[in-house]
Amino acid sequence: MSRPRPLFLRLSTDRAGSETSVGRRLGRLAGLACALVLCATGCRPSFERADLVILNGAEPESLDPHLVTGQADGRIVMALFEGLTRFDPRTAQPMPGLAERWDISDDGCVYTFHLRTNAAWSTGEPIVAEDVVWSWRRILSPETASDYVGVLFYLRNGEAFATGKLKDFNQVGVRALDARTLRVELESPAAFFLDLCCFQPFAVVPRQRIERHGDRWLHARPFMASGAYTLDSWRLNDRVRLRRNPRYWDAANTQSAVIDLLSGVVPATALNLYLSGAVDIVWDKELVPPDLIDKLKGRPDFHIAPSLGNYFIRVNVTRTPFDDPRVRRALALVIDRERIVSRITKGGERVAYCVSPPGIANGTNVYEPPRGLRPDPDLARQLLAEAGYPQGRGFPTVTYTYNTQESHRKIGVELREMWGRELGLRVELRQLEWKAWLRAQSMLDYDLVRSSWVGDYNDPNTFLDLFMSENPNNRTGWRNPAYDRILRQANAETDPARRQDLLCAAETILVEQDLPVLPLFFYVNMEFFDPARVTGIHENIRSEHPLRVIRRIASAPAGKPRHELPF
Amino acid sequence: MNYLFKRLALLPPLLLVISFLAFVLVRLAPGGPFDRERKPASPEIERALLARYHLDEPVARQYVRFLAGLVRGDFGASLKYRNHTVADIIAQGLPVSLTLGLLAFGFSMGLGIPAGFYGALRRGQWREHGVALLTLLAVCVPSFVVGPVLVMLLAVKWSVFPVALWESPLHVVLPTASLGVYFAGKVARLMREGMIETLRLEFIQTARAKGLSETAVLLRHALRLAVVPVVSYSGPLLADLLTGSFVIENLFQIPGIGVFMVNSSLSRDYPMVVGLVLLYAILLLVLNLIVDLAYHLLDPRVRHE
Repeated sequence: MSRPRPLFLRLSTDRAGSETSVGRRLGRLAGLACALVLCATGCRPSFERADLVILNGAEPESLDPHLVTGQADGRIVMALFEGLTRFDPRTAQPMPGLAERWDISDDGCVYTFHLRTNAAWSTGEPIVAEDVVWSWRRILSPETASDYVGVLFYLRNGEAFATGKLKDFNQVGVRALDARTLRVELESPAAFFLDLCCFQPFAVVPRQRIERHGDRWLHARPFMASGAYTLDSWRLNDRVRLRRNPRYWDAANTQSAVIDLLSGVVPATALNLYLSGAVDIVWDKELVPPDLIDKLKGRPDFHIAPSLGNYFIRVNVTRTPFDDPRVRRALALVIDRERIVSRITKGGERVAYCVSPPGIANGTNVYEPPRGLRPDPDLARQLLAEAGYPQGRGFPTVTYTYNTQESHRKIGVELREMWGRELGLRVELRQLEWKAWLRAQSMLDYDLVRSSWVGDYNDPNTFLDLFMSENPNNRTGWRNPAYDRILRQANAETDPARRQDLLCAAETILVEQDLPVLPLFFYVNMEFFDPARVTGIHENIRSEHPLRVIRRIASAPAGKPRHELPF
Repeated sequence: MNYLFKRLALLPPLLLVISFLAFVLVRLAPGGPFDRERKPASPEIERALLARYHLDEPVARQYVRFLAGLVRGDFGASLKYRNHTVADIIAQGLPVSLTLGLLAFGFSMGLGIPAGFYGALRRGQWREHGVALLTLLAVCVPSFVVGPVLVMLLAVKWSVFPVALWESPLHVVLPTASLGVYFAGKVARLMREGMIETLRLEFIQTARAKGLSETAVLLRHALRLAVVPVVSYSGPLLADLLTGSFVIENLFQIPGIGVFMVNSSLSRDYPMVVGLVLLYAILLLVLNLIVDLAYHLLDPRVRHE
């Protein structure tokens, strides 16, 4: 037999020594492991801390302004690409962006934008009106297949071009009169059009890059940005690093030179990162540990603000007995919303009896929504009896569908209890995984389903429009020609007082009369940042916080603030 | 050599079958990559979206298209992260997962083998029970408990290590330990059993009778055979560790590939799922092959068969 080579290091040969030798071997192995660690991580370039580090939420699905859909993604994208207008950091109202001023025709349908003479790409080329036309054409093109293209349907012939019914783009309502002048024609005087122009689908994107690099244009260098920042690096599930764009027309007022936006989805980790000073801001409510909300509420660096989002139940009106509005009203009349927000969500959410969040704008005014159906169990029982189900007798078992998440399940349990106790209904809970839940909604494969919506612009239309007969996001089977007509009239109306009445009339149909949806509450946003260390974040109805104005206060040292533990 | 060739020749047909199964199964799940909370503004746009990624074609046609891409080394574009290709994502995440996986592998071997070895030698003593208790704990407590406890104590309370992220050598320590502890326990148990079994065999008595020192008996003769169960376990273990850990990567916000293993199927990112399944299959098959070759070197009985 050949002498095997020792697998491990040679040791002393006496028996008594075997114990110490094991210890020694362990020591050597530990040394080896340490060497491995140093070697493996030493190969990576060390990261220098950015001037501002923000935990932004889940990894952005894209940074292409015409493809992104999430609000977190949008925040990064709007720093890279600007449109004709941009958000006021305090009020989230539109203010001049690439366009320095504009004229609006008397009928509110024609906008003439005047671009800045100093608007330039980060590579130095001027941004001209033709760039805007090309960008809007790109998002409207069926090949781009943008999920968000619907917000451009307010342009004349925008919808026809996007759906392929119209081939000639010259008939779409956007035209460059000269290098600095852009004429935009709308289908109807949309009161919120300037607001829309701040939004990323309207942003200006670099034609040269996109035509040359296709889907990979964001990876091309030098990066061509039209906004306050350029993309320095992008590492999936780690971070997006932005660097100040020195050629941005308003670069003098860009506050932070380098910003890191980290991706993360675990609330406990988010809190730890914030407390240890590794990140300056956490601004995604999904990153707040739900069990700690009560304890966090009193902290000066924990901020809760109302948001432009609502939580509601869709009712499948194509199924009996939910095709009877009396049944839907009865269901709505016995929901104790106060109990849901105080026991389950706990973030100070406001209860909802309508779909438009309080404080939403109607032009320069604040919109007044209808009162909605306040809880009235007696009326509910009466309505149910009139519909043929006294004390719930003969009512089929109701299925309440929600997507996998603890808070949705808890709300479902409460609802089951309320409908059971007050109306005598039997309710089954059905939990579906995210994609299956989405599919169930679009296929109308449900009785009642938990849903939500976050508004795209500061106008009730962003919510009311959903329930138009032809809107793909309707997903209730409900069609009401009167509703469609009144809402269209409202959007064609230039007088704010008359528009208020029309919007309110439409919403009344939705939340008092027909109820294809049962509103539950309005979302809040939750953010961590220490106002003594970070400036430039202002509470506003859209929770829009443009990155260009946020910075860490110079006197506050980076890292290691050692925030006090909440437990 | 002949054996090696036979095994290698089996790889391509196996991978073909695996890729086909993954390709079809992921498409059977309800919902698709473009089912989102916001539906496209019109059915025409939804159709354009599907057509763009050829998802409107019959599955067989899509599969042929996929194979044609594969020949060119192209796994396709991610349907969730639309500015990245599958190859991009793997190229970014795999090195991170490899580093973490190798370190955790080293950690579990470095801790598990000596611990099991030591436990087997000290049978019936309190020290054996001590080792047994520790390994039992390591195996029973899942990493989603170990991780947060380590973070709570070493990062949040005492600030020895950073709480998360992947930036410097210090950032690596806690994820490595959290990931490796379970496997260290497992390795220790395998090692201990292997050692106890081996020490009962006759050739050990022969070696002792020849008058070899105990150290020589244990290390030169017993260890080689006792480590065989650990070696056979290390193939799948390494494949597991190298492709990343969903729990640990999420917890420490590490930009590895493990998170995609789970999330790509949840988001019905078809090309991503198939790409990752193939990656995992290749790793598993190759590592198992290496393990089988290692038997030949370690165990003379296998060599003679």
